Formats: sequence, structure tokens, C-alpha cells
Amino acid sequence: MYAQMVTSEATQDDPEKLAVFQARIDAGEKVEPKEWMPEGYRKTLIRQIGQHAHSEIVGQLPEGNWITRAPTLERKTILLAKVQDEAGHGLYLYCAAETLGVSRDELTEMLLDGRMKYSSIFNYPTLTWADMGAVGWLVDGAAIMNQVPLQRTSYGPYSRAMIRICKEESFHQRQGYHIMMKMAQGTPAQKKMAQDALNRFWYPSLMMFGPSDKDSVHSAQSMKWKIKMNTNDELRQKFVDQTVPQAEFLGLTVPDETLHWNDEKGGYDFAEPDWSEFFDVIKGNGPCNTERLAARNKAWDDGAWVREGLMAHAEKKRTAKLAAE
Amino acid sequence: MKHEWPLWEVFIRGQHGLNHRHVGSLHAPDAEMALKIARDVYTRRNEGVSIWVVEAAHITASSPSGKGPLYEPSESKVYRHPTFFDIPDEAGHM
Repeated sequence: MYAQMVTSEATQDDPEKLAVFQARIDAGEKVEPKEWMPEGYRKTLIRQIGQHAHSEIVGQLPEGNWITRAPTLERKTILLAKVQDEAGHGLYLYCAAETLGVSRDELTEMLLDGRMKYSSIFNYPTLTWADMGAVGWLVDGAAIMNQVPLQRTSYGPYSRAMIRICKEESFHQRQGYHIMMKMAQGTPAQKKMAQDALNRFWYPSLMMFGPSDKDSVHSAQSMKWKIKMNTNDELRQKFVDQTVPQAEFLGLTVPDETLHWNDEKGGYDFAEPDWSEFFDVIKGNGPCNTERLAARNKAWDDGAWVREGLMAHAEKKRTAKLAAE
Repeated sequence: MKHEWPLWEVFIRGQHGLNHRHVGSLHAPDAEMALKIARDVYTRRNEGVSIWVVEAAHITASSPSGKGPLYEPSESKVYRHPTFFDIPDEAGHM
């Protein structure tokens, strides 16, 4: 998931209204933009959907890094299509957030000045072509784990955005796994690159689900409101159970010596990531935090004259049309 | 200068002759750009053969609090559905 550690906002609304609202959610009704909703629900959603949108946009950077150096023309067009999809996903989500009373520019500015976060995973560098495989397979794979249940989230516009995104996301994971297959079945040097990519992306991918349930203070209210559908640990377990056999098929080794099948729970036991590293990356000290934010700020600043120019042109045309009438 | 591009709502008609359907929204400076952006954002996988865009500010929507008075009256008018009428099988297909 692209939204980690989203703080739930406290709500001080009329208890009677709150009870009616909760009953609607419990009955599986969707909440729509202009309807009454608790202030905490609205604020938590803005934070969560905004963080999700920012992650889609910043997530273009580590992959964009390889577009000009893709090994074949076909891989290049596929990667371009994937990165274009990520831009689209960001836009669907920004639109959903905007229905809650925040503007697109406000959201962008909050990302650019660090008031809003994006997923920790995008603060890791993509060093080799095999990383394009690992990102699609593991990072998009982890995102899908979270996004599929979110299609049933209680907020209508968010749910609809998730449905669109999920339809497109499966291509992302499969193209990544396909790259991994090619590399793992290639020369010894290529296989080594694939293994190295798995080694570097395994734990950061596990971190995407956020801290362990026992340390996750924000879950209860969000789950009650159905803006979070599963706990962090549930999703992490599901991800590991699905991914380990995929790694075995590739002939690659998950970098966790403690990893083993637990018959009793019907899932794998696995090592937790280094949570101090996670909190450090969230705080801004990951390998690429500075670079990512600098790239987004530059794009925003460099594009200002285009945004303003097109707006001025549109106004000029509108005035000319009015004058002609 | 602080001047955000206005919001547009996007409607797309799929391949099979159905009505245009609301698919989402986007920001654009004018209608022409809105169409171009809609094409990139909402039809990357052959989702449609026709796009409508309309500035969101020009849409008038019913208010959620009006739900009851607007829609409840039709709940008691079951005779508007064909299944209300019992027609004997002997009358043949109808």
C-alpha cells in the first residue's frame, strides 16, 4: 500500500449523526461527496487518498529512470505504458480526494513542502534493469494486495478510483515478473542481477504494509469506517504467502534465513523488516528522499509557465468568442 | 499568479452503442485541452469511441438531503413494473 501510517483524525460530531453514519457504513452503503460525513472521516480520507495519489506520481520516478535505457524497444514501450498508467492512477486518486473539499494545487503543494507523505518504497534507488522486474513484481504486487480490498471501501469516489486502478494494475505486476523470468533464466550474470534486485527490494516491500498491528495505532477507527479493510499484518502475511512460491519458480532465494512454512497457521513464518530503517525513511532520511522531492519540485516550478500560459490563452479565446457574438 | 485549471467531468461511450457514462474528472484550461487529456487519462485501453467533457461548474446536481422527497414516491407505485400484472399462461407469450 501506498498509504502508510495514515493518522486517524478524532471526530467531535453529534453522537446521533455519528450513529446513523456508522449504521450506513455497517449496512454496506456508499458515502457520496455531498452527503454528511464526520469531520474525522473526511480528514482521514484526504490524508489517505492524497498519500496514495502522491505515491503514484512519485512512483513514476524510479521507473522513469530506466525508460531511456530499456534493453529492447518492446521493453521500452511496455515501461512507458506502465509509467503512463501510474500518472493516470495518480489523477484518478487526486480527483477522488478533491471531492472532499481540497484542491489539486493544495494537495500538490502539501506534497512538495513535505506536509504530506508518499510511500516509503519510492525512496529506494533503481540501480539495474532487474530492478524494473523487482518493482513490478514486488512493489506493484504489494500495492495490489491493498488495493483489491479497497475497491469495497465506504467512500464512493475512492472505491470507484480503486476499481479503475485494479483493472490496470495486474498488467504492471505481470510485466515485472516477466522481466524477472527472463533475467532468472538468462546468463549467470543476469540471474545474479535478478537475485540482487530481490535482495534489495524484499524488505522495503514488506515495509509497504506499514508497522506491525501491535504498533499500529491508527487502524481501529479507519477499519470501523471501512477506509482500511485489512490490518497491516494480515496483508503482509498474504503477500509473503503469495510471493515465496513465485520466487521459488524463478529459482531465486528470498533473503530471509528464518523463512519457513508453518503448517499450523497455513502460512509462512518470516522475519520482520528493520523498522528503525522504515521510520528513518519516513522521516526523510532514505537513500532518495531528497532527490525525489527535488525532482517533483523542479517539475512543478518548470511547468508553471505552461499552466499559466494555457490558462491565459483559454481566457483570451473566451473573451474573443464573447466579443464576436 | 494563482489560477488553478478548472475541473471537467468526463463522459465516455463504449464500443457497444450504450449511453455516454461518467468515468471521472480532470483539470484542463479549456474544452479542447480537456478532450485531449480525457483521451490520455480515460481511454488508454480502447474504453470508448466518443468523449464528452463538461465543466464541473456547469453541472446542477440534486442534493443528498432531497433524496426522500425525490425518490420515495416511486416506491409505492409498483404498478409501474410489468410483474405487477398477473396474466394467465393461456393468453400466450406477452
